[in-house]
Amino acid sequence: MSAKLARRDHRAAWLFLLPVLVVILLVAVWPLARTFYFAFTDAYLDDPSVYSIVWFDNFIEVLNDRSWWVAVRNTLVFTVISVAIETGLGLAIALLLNAAIPGRGLARAAILVPWAIPVVVATKMWEWMLNDQFGVINKILSGLGLVDHGIAWTASSSLIMGVVIFVDVWMTTPFMVLLILAGLQLISPEIFEAADVDGIPAWKRFWSITLPMLRPAIGVAVLFRVLDALRMFDLAYVLAASNENVMTVSIYARDRLISFQELGVGSAASTWVFLLVALVAIIIIGVLRLDRAAGT
Amino acid sequence: MLKKSLAALALSAALWSGTSHAETISVFCAPTEFEICTNVANAWKEKTGNEAKINKMPALLDDAIPIYQQLLAAKSTDIDVLFLDVIWLGMFKNGLLDLKTTIPQADQDKHFASTLNAAKLDGHLVAMPAYMDVGLMFYRKDLLEKYGKPQPKTWDELAATAKEIQDKERAAGNGEMWGYAWQAKSYEGLTCDAIELIASNGGGTIISDDGKVTIDNPKAVEAIEKAKGWIGSISPEGTLNYDEEASRAVFESGNAVFHRNWPYVWGTSHKPGSAVIDKVGVMPLPVGSAGQKSSGCLGPMYYGVSKYSAKPAAATDFVNFITGPDMQKKRALQDAVNPSIPALYNDADVLATIPFLKDNQQAFADSAVRPSGYTGTSYNRVSQAFYRTVHDMLSGSGDVKSGLKSLAARLEKLKESR
Repeated sequence: MSAKLARRDHRAAWLFLLPVLVVILLVAVWPLARTFYFAFTDAYLDDPSVYSIVWFDNFIEVLNDRSWWVAVRNTLVFTVISVAIETGLGLAIALLLNAAIPGRGLARAAILVPWAIPVVVATKMWEWMLNDQFGVINKILSGLGLVDHGIAWTASSSLIMGVVIFVDVWMTTPFMVLLILAGLQLISPEIFEAADVDGIPAWKRFWSITLPMLRPAIGVAVLFRVLDALRMFDLAYVLAASNENVMTVSIYARDRLISFQELGVGSAASTWVFLLVALVAIIIIGVLRLDRAAGT
Repeated sequence: MLKKSLAALALSAALWSGTSHAETISVFCAPTEFEICTNVANAWKEKTGNEAKINKMPALLDDAIPIYQQLLAAKSTDIDVLFLDVIWLGMFKNGLLDLKTTIPQADQDKHFASTLNAAKLDGHLVAMPAYMDVGLMFYRKDLLEKYGKPQPKTWDELAATAKEIQDKERAAGNGEMWGYAWQAKSYEGLTCDAIELIASNGGGTIISDDGKVTIDNPKAVEAIEKAKGWIGSISPEGTLNYDEEASRAVFESGNAVFHRNWPYVWGTSHKPGSAVIDKVGVMPLPVGSAGQKSSGCLGPMYYGVSKYSAKPAAATDFVNFITGPDMQKKRALQDAVNPSIPALYNDADVLATIPFLKDNQQAFADSAVRPSGYTGTSYNRVSQAFYRTVHDMLSGSGDVKSGLKSLAARLEKLKESR
């Protein structure tokens, strides 16, 4: 009786899942499988029907390309620095917003604005604000007498990565705030009350109660942001086209695939990007023990 | 009631089939040419009854490549007419309709033969020339007059004049003044700007027509080092991330003495909003040293028909219309771009709008051509390797001489077309 019921339940569950599985098959598995397949061919984009299998040649070609390693370095630098800053800032702002200050509802809504602006629009906006001749930032700096001539923020090879990181921090810190704030509000106030009664100092409360209890929330937020940052394309591309100083692995793959029409090599590069992102995701989940945190 | 409306429907259906079947085609246009394209579409509608829907392309024209790529790879019928840069023709030739027989020979013969021939690939005419583009030097004639300076003939003279006027203007309180605004972002435009400097210095055009990599030579080193010295002295450091529009903004706000750009700047710098109306002069690009040719980068633009268009006849007719003499004249009068039809170079109306047009014929003759002919489908990777290397050198990282040597070695591997 109960076994029969369970079987029926299972069947119903699969039936309900079927549409989702079909959609995932169509929009995720199929294109991904095609990319993997093309990575082993010497196909070109203008006529993808003519090709032969070259096995691992494309993967090796990507690894032998100096530009690829420049892109990997840029991507890692960008990811580590931007996510670190976003996490720190996000935590600080979330703690502020969590405190019962007047008007915090408004502040919470306002802080989401940068995140709601499309990346291309935000990037273009910052590009003009940072323009060396007409930019408002340089006008302010020279008005304050800090600089003689406008600084060419997006031109110098040393500054441009800083600009990319800065704009990304501006755009995605709200996302961090939101996730950490959600985590903060899950912590029962009774724990803090008990700590209060015991006379635990504030920094100790933060270190021994807030942070450990926030770990799952911060972990998930960091994971999302890292995966997002590793495949970053739009911000660097809009700001500097294919400038090598901020070329990410996604831009590299796009160049090979679209600009050079090398469907085979481009697919191999995309596959490397996929493997890189997967590897980092596994490491983060392992280090932060997110699976266990979620399970218990 | 029902009967009445049915009758009306039948009547309108009869009328519909009686008139020529009106069609709507979809056309790509550069964002800076949206107005002229709309005007052409209106004129075409008046003439044929057909409608052309205009789609704006991205501001960085190269960003249209993936869009075209996707549309053509998907055999999309959504788009009929493509706007094409000369360097793309090889890349897209398999997706473009052969116009050789559908556009009358007499109409084809109206264009510059060399420009038309550049669109003949594998025996097919894949596109029709829309206008000529060549790198030109714009300058502030009022400032040159004020300081009693002649038009510079060499790049060194230009740099000296630029520096002198810039410094004097700044001393006179115009602190924003710069000597020379040009484009050195890491993009296709830098290939043009750099090839002009190198070719006019006798340093060749990266890869010669017969496929020899020529970029590793002392003349090229000299030209790039010269340009490197300009950044921060007569050109703002921002030049390293300027494209055409960003550098034009500097010139048209009155903050640059010289400005390298395409002919369209003659039109834009005389429109409301420009701070330099009637203060602009234009000349062919300077040369590296006496005896060399002024080598403006040649970039004619084309219109072609997608092979997958559902209305190839209407689309072909539109292409012939927009590239024909009437519309090219309209374009010349409105936007001051240079026609690809030699007859218009003697047209009084056109010459009134673009007084320097006759000189441009010389600029076309002396122009430097990017090596897209030999490299074909490999052009983009050759160009990217080149402009990235030059960008590195201009921004100060990397020795020019050894950089060009290693670039030449890489180009040997990249240059072959498929």
